[in-house]
Amino acid sequence: MKNKKLYELAKSVRSKNAGVDRITFDVIFNEKKNYELVKKSKVLSKQSVADLFGIDESQISDFVEFDPAFAIKFTIQREKPSGSFGDGDIFGCQQYPPLLDLVVKVE
Amino acid sequence: MRQKEQLRIICPNGHLGFACTKEESFYIGAETKPDYYCCDSGSDDIGPVPLGNDTCVSPRNWQVHDLELMLLAARKQNVPMIIGSSGDTGTNSRVDSYVEIIQELATKHRLKPFKLVYFYSELEKAFLIEKMDNGFAIEGLDGRDNLTMEELDATSRIVAVAGVHPFIKALEWGADVIIGGRSSDAAVFAAPALYHGFSEGLSYYMGKVLECASFCAEPYGAKESVIGTITNQDVKVTAMHPDQSCTIASVAGHAMYERSNPYYEAFAGGTLDMRECKYEQFDKKTTRITGPKFIPIDGKIKVKLEGSGFVGERYVGIVGVRDPYTIEHIDQVIEWARSQAKQQLKGQDYQLYYHIYGKNAVMGNLEPIKEIKSHELGIVVESLANTKELAKEAAIIGSRQIFYARLPEVKGTAGTAAFLFDEVLPVSPAFRWTLNHTIEVDDAMDLFDLYETIISA
Repeated sequence: MKNKKLYELAKSVRSKNAGVDRITFDVIFNEKKNYELVKKSKVLSKQSVADLFGIDESQISDFVEFDPAFAIKFTIQREKPSGSFGDGDIFGCQQYPPLLDLVVKVE
Repeated sequence: MRQKEQLRIICPNGHLGFACTKEESFYIGAETKPDYYCCDSGSDDIGPVPLGNDTCVSPRNWQVHDLELMLLAARKQNVPMIIGSSGDTGTNSRVDSYVEIIQELATKHRLKPFKLVYFYSELEKAFLIEKMDNGFAIEGLDGRDNLTMEELDATSRIVAVAGVHPFIKALEWGADVIIGGRSSDAAVFAAPALYHGFSEGLSYYMGKVLECASFCAEPYGAKESVIGTITNQDVKVTAMHPDQSCTIASVAGHAMYERSNPYYEAFAGGTLDMRECKYEQFDKKTTRITGPKFIPIDGKIKVKLEGSGFVGERYVGIVGVRDPYTIEHIDQVIEWARSQAKQQLKGQDYQLYYHIYGKNAVMGNLEPIKEIKSHELGIVVESLANTKELAKEAAIIGSRQIFYARLPEVKGTAGTAAFLFDEVLPVSPAFRWTLNHTIEVDDAMDLFDLYETIISA
């Protein structure tokens, strides 16, 4: 049984504000094979994402498997709107790194 | 309405002025003689401070640089130039600033007279108060409650986000240059396409794909130009930079960029449905898209409102920690600093926030790594209070007491903090997003006042 980390399988892993109240995450693959592999593995699911970030599943407003771009996308509600006192990431674009080390079984 | 077979629009920058447009690919694009020069110059990504404070986050000379590039090329070719969300926020003062810059550039370059049409997007609080007094609901977006009088009262500045309508009207008035207040990024590009009779689905889709310029191309490289071509059948998007291409992956990937949902996008007037979109590699640098549909809204048009409210004055202190024992006990250290502030500022209303780089400054409560692994911490102490004096005092105590922290086993008994500056730094006041809502209007132009002027050297 061989394992790979998500960053080895995905072409791009990113996060960005989707409006001022939400942060959206994209995991984009180069081709169908790795996309389908990760989809099937359920390593990325509402539950696994909620556990990873220590939030309630109800805070995940969207979860989409977007075939045309070989991408898995999910969106979470911000604790407080972007740029509020105490916010450490106004653009929301450095919230994705914990996804990079997620382990996926490849064989 | 001037029906065309094909329309080509150049987009040189995803946010004009925020970082300068790269010139090489822009000139390559201008050489191909596009029909329109369009660019969006603002965003709600930049946080609530610029809107609330009515300031820019982009230096004026960068804005001048980017506007100059577009204006000279557009005037030379005698084709229209359209700018949306002027000056980062699209407030009235930012529109005035851009109109002023256009005038300065026209004088500097002795341009022949041309027609400039501009519109404002700011809303008076009184307008919304009246609506709410008459039982109008101002609906919240993204899980927000409907607007309350308290939240409106706490708001410093409001902009309505224009759709295509003021831009189309400006084109009907014969505008050579359009300077817009706050507007939807895609609308800046969709408007000329709609004006020339192309379908709503393709027009709005083209707006979506063009508005971030080279973000829809690969390899990653911002501030490079792209050109969108629309016909009655399709939209094609082409990267101008020699090293970039718009591929199926990069374009489809961009369709979902900074949006919750890759299939639908709401605009003033309806929703873009992208479920049937088909992507095709047209040539090495161009992707072709077919299939987007536009579903007009059933009922009145809804216009998005953005609002920012003043929260308090702020100061910032920056402190470094290198002692491993102190790092291990940093929570205790912060507790000590907080308690000293509480004692000193007894009864006064202030807040302190500790951003601990090396622990969880970037992700806050979302950070899954709980154990500090760094040999060094950078602590940014942010204070908040009603007056500058109190904010400053709170920041000083909040930072300085890290130095005086009392840890029983510490070796470094000459002070537990490395000050970067011997002072705390003033920073803009804190604001927060009080409005992320929509309002129903009878006419899309109700909230946007259009003006025209002739610009001559």
